[in-house]
Amino acid sequence: MKNNIFTVMKKELLRFFGDRRMLLAIFLPGVLIYLIYTLMGDAMMSGLMPDEETSYTVQIEELPESVEMLLTASSGGFSYVTVEDPMTAVANQELDLYVVFPADFDAKVAALEVPGVELYYHSASMTSSTAYSLFTSLLDGYESMLANRFDVNADLGKTYDLASAEDTTGMLFSMLMPMLLIMLMFSGCMAVAPESIAGEKERGTIATLLVTPIRRSELAIGKIAALSIISLLSGLCSFFGVLFALPNLMGGEMDGMIDANIYGMSDYAWILGVILTTILVFVSLISILSALAASVKEASSMISPLMILVTLVGLSGMFGTATSTWVYFIPVYNSVQCISGIFSLAYQPAHIVITMVVNCVVAGIFVFVLTKLFNSERVMFKK
Amino acid sequence: MELALQATGLKKTFTLSAKQQKLEKTKNKKKVAVNGLSFDAYRGEIFGLLGPNGAGKTTTLRMIATLIRPDEGDITVDGLSVVKDPGGVRGRIGFLTSELKLEDFFTPDYLYDFFSELHGVDPKLRAARKKQLFEQFGIDKFAGVKVANLSTGMKQKASLVISVAHDPDIIIFDEPTNGLDVLTAKVVTDFLLELKERGKTVIVSTHIFSLVEKICDRVGIIIDGKMVACDALAAVCDGKSLEDRFFDLYLANETQRGGAAE
Ligand SMILES: Nc1ncnc2c1ncn2[C@@H]1O[C@H](COP(=O)(O)OP(=O)(O)OP(=O)(O)O)[C@@H](O)[C@H]1O
Ligand SMILES: [Mg+2]
Repeated sequence: MKNNIFTVMKKELLRFFGDRRMLLAIFLPGVLIYLIYTLMGDAMMSGLMPDEETSYTVQIEELPESVEMLLTASSGGFSYVTVEDPMTAVANQELDLYVVFPADFDAKVAALEVPGVELYYHSASMTSSTAYSLFTSLLDGYESMLANRFDVNADLGKTYDLASAEDTTGMLFSMLMPMLLIMLMFSGCMAVAPESIAGEKERGTIATLLVTPIRRSELAIGKIAALSIISLLSGLCSFFGVLFALPNLMGGEMDGMIDANIYGMSDYAWILGVILTTILVFVSLISILSALAASVKEASSMISPLMILVTLVGLSGMFGTATSTWVYFIPVYNSVQCISGIFSLAYQPAHIVITMVVNCVVAGIFVFVLTKLFNSERVMFKK
Repeated sequence: MELALQATGLKKTFTLSAKQQKLEKTKNKKKVAVNGLSFDAYRGEIFGLLGPNGAGKTTTLRMIATLIRPDEGDITVDGLSVVKDPGGVRGRIGFLTSELKLEDFFTPDYLYDFFSELHGVDPKLRAARKKQLFEQFGIDKFAGVKVANLSTGMKQKASLVISVAHDPDIIIFDEPTNGLDVLTAKVVTDFLLELKERGKTVIVSTHIFSLVEKICDRVGIIIDGKMVACDALAAVCDGKSLEDRFFDLYLANETQRGGAAE
């Protein structure tokens, strides 16, 4: 009776799509990821750019002519002041920087002596430490100019980093995507499966289903199919959230070097296949734990250790893609390896096919176990 | 008389958790809830299972509904065994107990259709039957309101209507009038009598003597998981009131137990 499976699926889908609170739980993570990463990217970018507005108050003793020229040439944003007790002023954060040049600095430099310059600053103050590093780099620049023996990457019109956008994107995505995706998929499944199974058990509504002629296997398949559809949508939402957010996040450091357009339709198709089958594994696994638990709360506490384990497995994606075939027979780990492989554009389709088949088989076994649990009065009517 | 349901030598033992042991004030890990129970129910009658709290009534009904499996013995419903063909049995019975809840999120209207579909009721027949039942129980007024927002009585009515959505031949009700006001209780008992008129078999469990006296044709009295009397109502009463007969049987059982203990 295929009909019963559809009837159950329809009910589950209505249940989740008709509930605003549930919809939020399903789709919020993806949207949030996008917003947070974009905001973080913006913040990082603006942190790196010198701020036109701020000016740093500096007091300089015995300012040599050479340095004065450099200072006027640079757009440092220093304003020069003279206070009574500069050291105390810096300590009290009233003055950003206090610079003491030795007398005859220029003459000493010309005579190849090594005069010392003293810069007093306040490391706990943002403006003071910025002023300090600006001034230091100015002096460093002057120093290397004096003793110039060779230049490194001096031609500003040339691009020395020969990595293509493809390479940088691949590296970045294949490092971050596996863990992010696995975690987001798992939490997407966690948002729906305990509610649907442990929740129904807790509220006594599953017993009403169990006295109808529906087979336990139909109930198990119907529920897992519906929960998988919902989790898949949630997973895809998260996936695109991450995909679009990563270039924004990295925008500050690698402008124009991160470009999600390097992936083709076939890459996305493989990713979709891996995501779908991984979700089947997650949903059926979480469903089993939910069936064993007496309440949603108990289910959540049973699942959290698993979440940590899954995150750890996700972390393994940071360390490159495995090449030996046997690892693709380990559920979840295989998914992580596939995602990492696909994003670095270095994957063997055979490995992905193995992964998808293995995941389906594992999910099938879990559905069988869930059917057995639905049949067990000890599990379903535990008091 | 045509046999509709036959229970033979039913036995059910529960393993108690530590928490349950404390609640039941016992050190025994095992609780024999139903102990060698046998009875028959015939077509077109209302059969009452009468017994005090903890006698094993609900456990017996849950075994008929195939929610739990007897350790020993069997029940045949329309000739189908609950042990060998639980799915077939579930298709022939309607089961209603307070432990079977409706999902808060849905409306009675949706749930009626949902359960009809699971029972494989023809959609046209379903619509006609729904209209008739909803009118009879006054559900049409709140058919579109989520179960979460219904009162206890409304929920009970909705559950009842949904439990008979597939027009089963055998209807099993656990404490049908519990928690209902006299008006709603009367709607329910009238419905049970109507089902009987239509040739259905109704099995109810209760600890309310008056309910048995009012509607039951035959009654089985359960004490401590054992059937101590089972016959037509008049035969069980034997000229006394049902309540007096019950105390006689209860005391006889106590002395017997006391004697066995010594
Ligand atoms: N799942 C269970 N686990 C352990 N013990 C149980 C379980 N279900 C029932 N029992 C025990 O079996 C005995 C019979 O319970 P049952 O619910 O059948 O009684 P009842 O006749 O319906 O009583 P009531 O009138 O209170 O509803 C009780 O002592 C009860 O505690
Ligand atoms: Mg009971």
